[in-house]
Amino acid sequence: MYGKKVKLRAIFILSIFFSLILIVFLVFKSLEENVVYFKSPTEIKNLTELTSKKIRVGGMVKEKSINVNQSEVNFVITDFKNELIVNYSGSVPNLFEEGKGVVAEGFLKDRNFLTAVKILAKHDENYMPPEVKEALKESN
Amino acid sequence: MLNQIGNYSLYIALLSSILIIIQSPILLNRNNINVSGRIFSLISIQSLMIIISFIALIIAFIISDFSNETVYTNSHTSKPLFYKISGTWGNHEGSLLLWLLVLSIFLLIFTITSKNLSNKYRILTLFFQEIIILGFLLFILFTSNPFMSLFPIPNEGTGLNPILQDPALAIHPPILYLGYVGTSIIFSSSLAALISGSVNKTWAKHIKNWVLVSWIFLSIGILLGSIWAYYELGWGGFWFWDPVENVSLMPWFCLTALFHTILILEKREMFHSWAVILSITTFSLSMSGTFLVRSGILNSIHTFANDPSRGVFILCFLFILITLSIFIYFFYQNKIKNNFTKTYIVSKETAVLVNNLFMMFFLSVVLIGTVYPIFLEVVNNDKISVGPPFYHKLIVPFLIPFLIFMAIGPNLNWIKDKINKINLQQLLFFILSIIISFIFLKRVGISYLFSLPLFIASIFLFLITIKDFSVKKTNLSQKISHFGFSLFILSVLVNGVLAKEYSSNMKVGDERKFLNKTIKFESLKVNESKNYQSLEANFKISDKNNSINLKPEVRVYDQPQTITSEADIKSTLYSDNFLVFNILKNDGFYNVRYQIKPFMIWIWISIILISFGGILSIVKKNG
Repeated sequence: MYGKKVKLRAIFILSIFFSLILIVFLVFKSLEENVVYFKSPTEIKNLTELTSKKIRVGGMVKEKSINVNQSEVNFVITDFKNELIVNYSGSVPNLFEEGKGVVAEGFLKDRNFLTAVKILAKHDENYMPPEVKEALKESN
Repeated sequence: MLNQIGNYSLYIALLSSILIIIQSPILLNRNNINVSGRIFSLISIQSLMIIISFIALIIAFIISDFSNETVYTNSHTSKPLFYKISGTWGNHEGSLLLWLLVLSIFLLIFTITSKNLSNKYRILTLFFQEIIILGFLLFILFTSNPFMSLFPIPNEGTGLNPILQDPALAIHPPILYLGYVGTSIIFSSSLAALISGSVNKTWAKHIKNWVLVSWIFLSIGILLGSIWAYYELGWGGFWFWDPVENVSLMPWFCLTALFHTILILEKREMFHSWAVILSITTFSLSMSGTFLVRSGILNSIHTFANDPSRGVFILCFLFILITLSIFIYFFYQNKIKNNFTKTYIVSKETAVLVNNLFMMFFLSVVLIGTVYPIFLEVVNNDKISVGPPFYHKLIVPFLIPFLIFMAIGPNLNWIKDKINKINLQQLLFFILSIIISFIFLKRVGISYLFSLPLFIASIFLFLITIKDFSVKKTNLSQKISHFGFSLFILSVLVNGVLAKEYSSNMKVGDERKFLNKTIKFESLKVNESKNYQSLEANFKISDKNNSINLKPEVRVYDQPQTITSEADIKSTLYSDNFLVFNILKNDGFYNVRYQIKPFMIWIWISIILISFGGILSIVKKNG
């Protein structure tokens, strides 16, 4: 009924349309799987259920809480309201210090305990991750 | 004194900007031989004034003039001269002044080099460029003036963040900005060409150089930032999919696509509208890059402390520019002369189209990954970050067809080619790359499922790009860039697959075993430098045959008091030995991270090759 050209064009447009849908689907699926949520120790206390997914916890490293042995670094993240014990083996960034801001990425064991796989710290001494600032503001 | 000079010259620049914007519509209808002398002199005055204000700021930094607030908050008398100078653009105010400086100088260069083009086109480009300059001038003068006076004058400044006191990072911002700002000329001129109805061969030929220049600077700028992150942040990688990095990568994808499109436009008079859309997008992405980095909106470990209110200005400005350009596009789009000639599916044109599609896909992935967290925070108040697996999962599968197309595409003819051109030779190379990848992966011992096709595709591209050097048909600069890209992909893959990492907490004298190597923490000593003290460790890494010593440092800067760690890296052609250590607590333990990074140096070399191809293309044409 239609010419060859029209048919060809229709196929072309349809294939673009479907590949677009496929791409959007892939993107959002991948987003869902790889998004890492950021929480403060207080928010973790109030979680209704523990996730098995990776999360980030931000706050300050509690004074006198860093404990080091051959393979591990243990410390406590606090937002001055609630605390979370972090267990970590691996390398720490430059500005990982007691009383300074820190972000730990890892898996929750329970509401008080995180096994971290990565520790992040900020670049400059004035800088505090916005999340930490907020968490501190909320807890004050 | 310097503050006044800087301020006044900026105001004069503002005035000339307004004058040019008012005069250009009047001049538009007169058909003078050249852009009239008056406008040219106004542009010269403007550039001169901006240069003067920039020099004033540099001098204020050199002589540590603490009556200037920017100098006070970002400098210190004990800083080495080199970092005093680079401190000029190491902060928000100064870096914007640098943006402005590059904007006006580029405009001046444009005015001088475009003399043989139509009057209307030139004046319109000037007009749009001046709007951008005006926006930046207003932004600088009213929200982030680098020449704010302080009284009483403090005796000492608060210092530059030591992490920025580094040679690569000193030149990284200017280079990157040259790339970003180059896209503004592309933006202005594409709008001008659209209005004056001259989106054609001549325009393509003229704008191609600008596209190339921005692309080269952007590539090198990204490279420098990446090298810096590699040795200064101590993460031991070269790319982290951090929002701040993504923001520079997006215009790069766009520029790469634009460059290929412009080539088609020049040779075959096709894709007019697409070239214009890409030009507008590239600049919007560069601007939003500045906005996102500078506003502190981005949830990034990289972001430096910032004032979010400034972001609002850039956001509004960006919004106006984009709306304006979209409006112009739809209004004048029918002016584009479409002398469409028939083109077949198997042709170079299609190959470029495919390249563009892939670039746009990569761009969208990066864009979504970067913007989604901001979006979700606004909507849901959830704070999230999007990790590297997101990007890898989406980009890697599409990389495979992309690489294969890239191998075949450049060898196709214009207009029409035969499918059976994908001939025996290429088939042979393909089989060869299957064998090589198979043997390689077997020896390394990793799962085939995902890596095998990826390795096959990249080795195929690598072989084809090498073979192409023997073919006369294509030009040398393209071959070099494409070869550089294949080398890049291959090095990244090998690097990713073979990298090894070990971290531990060690005391002086401790010894650890890692693979077949022994890591020994031999000694620790304290050095005094001009503005920091350093703790220099000595590690001995030895295996059966040889041993190397790595001496990473931890530096304690006094102004401002900050600790940074300097990795020690021993590079060879095959691999990098990377070692960084950190103070944990004063109980004798140091956090040590040792990494073996194969082919690291080839990643840098390949990016230099990619850019070199671009440079060669410019030099050859003009020489």
